[in-house]
Amino acid sequence: MIYIKLLIVFFQIGLFSIGGGYAMIPLIQEMVVKNSGWITMREFADLVAISQMTPGPIGINAATFAGLKAAGLLGGIVATIGCVLPSLIIVLILARLYRRYGNVRIIQGAFKGIRPVVVALIATAGLAIINIAVWHGETISMKTLDVGALAITVAAFAAMRFRRINIIWIMLGAGALGVLEYVFTIV
Amino acid sequence: MKIDVRFYLTLFKTTFYLSAFTFGGGYVIVPLMKKKFVEELEWIEEREMLDFVAIGQSAPGVMAVNTSILVGYRLAGMPGALISTLGTVLPPLITISILSIVYKTFQENILARYLLKGLQAGVAAIILDVTITMIVNVFRKKEIVSDLILVVSFILAFFLKANLILLILLFGISGALASVLYRNK
Repeated sequence: MIYIKLLIVFFQIGLFSIGGGYAMIPLIQEMVVKNSGWITMREFADLVAISQMTPGPIGINAATFAGLKAAGLLGGIVATIGCVLPSLIIVLILARLYRRYGNVRIIQGAFKGIRPVVVALIATAGLAIINIAVWHGETISMKTLDVGALAITVAAFAAMRFRRINIIWIMLGAGALGVLEYVFTIV
Repeated sequence: MKIDVRFYLTLFKTTFYLSAFTFGGGYVIVPLMKKKFVEELEWIEEREMLDFVAIGQSAPGVMAVNTSILVGYRLAGMPGALISTLGTVLPPLITISILSIVYKTFQENILARYLLKGLQAGVAAIILDVTITMIVNVFRKKEIVSDLILVVSFILAFFLKANLILLILLFGISGALASVLYRNK
């Protein structure tokens, strides 16, 4: 049955992709485009583009999209569940271990070494995201600079630093400013 | 913090919003989670959040989902983990279901492009804010080893594009060894 097949395929994708979103892409391509033919190569390219401009993790996006194409809405839901299930099982075990042994000296030592690394990783990813938002992912120069995007980033940053504003409002405000810029380009 | 219906509702709403507003997954959503759960709600400590990110990155599957599971479990055990997973997974499920029908028009819609541009700029600002706060927090402790690890791992990740999981493993094992050696002194 197609639903069971979807569940199994995306369970495998969820299980074998370590390292987040972009590590999943080649695996999805192999299993969903080549082996099962649920989506075409063209649809897959569209999917990658859509994933970059829609909310949510790319792995979940891909699962939903492929499931929908293969077997409608229920297919999308089943594929998503399949993709999340391995995480749920493995991470829950890790969470229990962390709760139980998190205070053991050697584990504390390991995390003490890891925490500054995580800060560095977030900083690294942050720079890439700022580059995408303000320079559209191109080489940083005055020519590629998106002045509107820079203005929104600076305004949002200032709003957060000087006042404790809920980040949901920050996001809504930033989106509204983007729309406002569009209004200015047409009048 | 009381574990009641209101708590679960807040947990669901928070993970739902964070997932709905973040584009590109993984390291985009994690700083937002830190901002919300550590700074705004004050439900978990910064130290724990960093541990969760490390575990979420190293475990198989989608990092944003993994980190949500860890946060949910830490706050309210199994039910918490399920609620936060649901909150994280629903927004992409809904958007992709709608977009798979209309994505051509969406892709060509200029208004949508400007809206997304604004949202992206907002995310960039939040990440900048969270990153600065975290770096300041590391340096403020005045532990020379942590400072060094931060600088070295940044150089390895940013300039040399080192494998992220290998970095976590390398410094995790070093930290564990150091804690053993230190005790023997």
